[in-house]
Amino acid sequence: MRRFSELLDRLVLTPSRNGKLKLMADYFATAPDPDRGLALAALTGGLDFPAVKPAMLRALATERLDPVLFAYSYDYVGDLAETVSLVWPAPPGAQAGPPPALSEVVERMRRASRADAPATVAGLLDRLDASARFALIKLATGGLRIGVSARLAKQALAHFGAVAVTEIEELWHGLEPPYDALFAWLEGRAAKPESAAPALFRPVMLANPVAEGDLEKLSPADYRAEWKWDGIRVQAVCEDGVARLYSRTGDDISAAFPDVAGAMDFDAVIDGELLVGGPDSGTGTFSELQQRLNRKTVSRKLVERHPAFVRCYDLLREGASDTRALPFAERRARLAALVGTLDPRRFDLSPLIAFDDWAALEALRRQPPHPVIEGIMLKRADSAYVPGRPKGPWFKWKRDPFTVDAVLMYAQRGHGRRSSFYSDYTFGVWTGPQTAPELVPVGKAYFGFTDEELRRIDKYVRDNTVERYGPVRAVRAGPGHGLVLEVAFEGLARSTRHKSGVAMRFPRIARLRWDKPAIEADRLDTLTAMIEARERQARTAETDA
Amino acid sequence: MPPPKTYLCLMQPHDLLCPRPEGLYSPAGDFFVDPVRPVARALVTHGHADHARAGHGAVLATRQTLDIMALRYGEGFAGTVQAAGYGERIDLGGVRVSFHPAGHVLGSAQIAVEANGLRIVASGDYKRAADPTCAAFEPVACDVFITEATFALPVFVHPPAADETARLIASLAQFPERTHIVGAYALGKAQRVIRLMREAGHDAPIRIHGALEKLCAYYETQGVTLGPLVPATLDGKARATAEDGVVVGPPAAFADRWSRRFADPLTVFASGWMRVRQRARQRGVELPLIVSDHADWPELTATIRETGAAEVWVTHGREEALVRWCELNGIRARPLHLVGYEDEAE
Repeated sequence: MRRFSELLDRLVLTPSRNGKLKLMADYFATAPDPDRGLALAALTGGLDFPAVKPAMLRALATERLDPVLFAYSYDYVGDLAETVSLVWPAPPGAQAGPPPALSEVVERMRRASRADAPATVAGLLDRLDASARFALIKLATGGLRIGVSARLAKQALAHFGAVAVTEIEELWHGLEPPYDALFAWLEGRAAKPESAAPALFRPVMLANPVAEGDLEKLSPADYRAEWKWDGIRVQAVCEDGVARLYSRTGDDISAAFPDVAGAMDFDAVIDGELLVGGPDSGTGTFSELQQRLNRKTVSRKLVERHPAFVRCYDLLREGASDTRALPFAERRARLAALVGTLDPRRFDLSPLIAFDDWAALEALRRQPPHPVIEGIMLKRADSAYVPGRPKGPWFKWKRDPFTVDAVLMYAQRGHGRRSSFYSDYTFGVWTGPQTAPELVPVGKAYFGFTDEELRRIDKYVRDNTVERYGPVRAVRAGPGHGLVLEVAFEGLARSTRHKSGVAMRFPRIARLRWDKPAIEADRLDTLTAMIEARERQARTAETDA
Repeated sequence: MPPPKTYLCLMQPHDLLCPRPEGLYSPAGDFFVDPVRPVARALVTHGHADHARAGHGAVLATRQTLDIMALRYGEGFAGTVQAAGYGERIDLGGVRVSFHPAGHVLGSAQIAVEANGLRIVASGDYKRAADPTCAAFEPVACDVFITEATFALPVFVHPPAADETARLIASLAQFPERTHIVGAYALGKAQRVIRLMREAGHDAPIRIHGALEKLCAYYETQGVTLGPLVPATLDGKARATAEDGVVVGPPAAFADRWSRRFADPLTVFASGWMRVRQRARQRGVELPLIVSDHADWPELTATIRETGAAEVWVTHGREEALVRWCELNGIRARPLHLVGYEDEAE
């Protein structure tokens, strides 16, 4: 347990991706079986202990510590799991035994019933130090929240075994904790595990962005174009009567989308975009889709309000035949025939865009016919389906981002290479009457500038600080004084969580407008008008369709 | 010495010591303990800047505390100075004063004041854990014990410092290409961390920030061997190799541009606050070391019991929790609400 808790402690505090990968790979290389496999399961969200609840932990803690002192402690620490782990007193009397291994902790909590869970957990806590107690409570109550995605954990595993992460993703759903066979293979002690389980995930093929000058070298006749829809990429797999819907990283999201999973009655693997609305009733925006994401289950009401469907892009397998080696054009023809037989409320075909030359396509890219389109995909007609991001066969050509001129309001210190630089910027736009305008924050951005620009903004922040809150500085910003940032973003949504009422998707700094007076930055009305315009366009697009 | 019986004493505690805006004042002896503003006569527990200030008329402190004040403020930091040996009794206007080791930093002392059979101990800052760089705390029986409360919450339990040092040594091996920048207060913590690294077998030169140089040299003269130390920066340039990947300096320097010159720095902070993850996160600390020069919760409560004090005054920190503990344990307690001490600093 000690090794695992040390790993969690370090991961929590390590901001850099490479640092996290190294910590995890080192752990996999040195921790014993079955602990490392269980740790892997914990990191990838594969452990669940339904008998242990947060309220139970609080009750356990206040049985051993004066409730007033517990309350003072909780106020100070601000996190229940951490407070309990820190205040847990040493067991009265004799030592409660040697610290248990991670495997013992997992086994005991797995076997615990609702009734004996408190005693089981208290007994374990007695045998652990504060750091391990924290790890146990995080494990027990689910959701480690340590800044490590399942994908990153698999990436670390790939580093450790010197294999491609796609190989691990392909196997993943046929394996069970503690993953003995997987580790044996990664250490070269055994052959690669057979993917025996039905309905496995296939690593997806990704596109490269169109870069300056790319298209001039390509012949339009070699490529097919289709819209790039703004949903999430999914893979719908049906094999031997087992149906699973996967995210692009191989997470099984079937339970959150029973409407789609329930309509999967084919024998194939389809690559597509998950969207809300319906092929007939109209395509919903990403923010509508977002309400259905990151849930373990979903209420019937939500399913009715935002029904989901898959817009099909590609076919990876049909019946017994793996189609990935076939040319795109042929896969596409087979896909079209298959989609014709599926439930039309849940599956439709992503239409191809006819075009003669790049200029014509460019015009379409700039003026897409539907607001949920975020650009154009280009796929070589003869391209095979290759996992990863091969250069050449597929391109994504995104619509130009939206931009707005905003004023820098707050700056926060960055991490890693940028630690001690003020590199995270909260910016606002004007609101209120023209005579007494006020800034309201509309977003936060922490990239899009060069190192040289970062140094200049950092100096600006230090020279114009009006207040400090820990790592954050409030920067002087008013009608007559302030730094204008041109902010690029991918989309806007209404938001009840922000004072401004709007939330930006993927904001970043496009340009620094040292030249522009602060009062000439945009007003909030401009942003709300953008949202309204998109909503109108969506309604028109659906009526035309 | 046994605790004096107090029921017959003629003196009330507040006649012997009471809080004033300048600090704790003794009406009977006409002196202050750790005053935060210049006064005529000051008794100083230890050399940290919020306790030891320049500009007093007369200062009474241990020899080492006086030396440290001179290093920080220059020789003329007070009108006159007088050194007190540990355990030596000094009479100040009928009040008997004595200094006793507090285990906080080199030269740190608790100050016992006694008159008419009443004894109050002002402990300043103290800790009970072993520290190779200063004399160990000695409990002094008293009627009233004045305790600090920097880490007075049950969440604060400092693990053995050697274990924390071992984590730093392990990280150096795991990330040899990164400069480990260790934040540690210039007086006490920095020398303790360096000494702990030596005891853990780290023999390579350790690079130090300029703010540490004089104090490290002084510790050496007092018999605390710190091994080879080299300036962190030469000609404004920094190097980072596997052999000298550690830099020790005051935490304030790390928040600033100074730290940017090092190769891919890994931020380490040695402080009792590092027990709470959010604290470490807020500061951008990647490797928190829970090494503290203040008493943790078990030490605070055990010390209060050991002094046998019937009354406890609690100052700078989380007073309410310690007052609550005293109430639960049948000990009279009150917060002093002294101002001017950095209850967040360590």
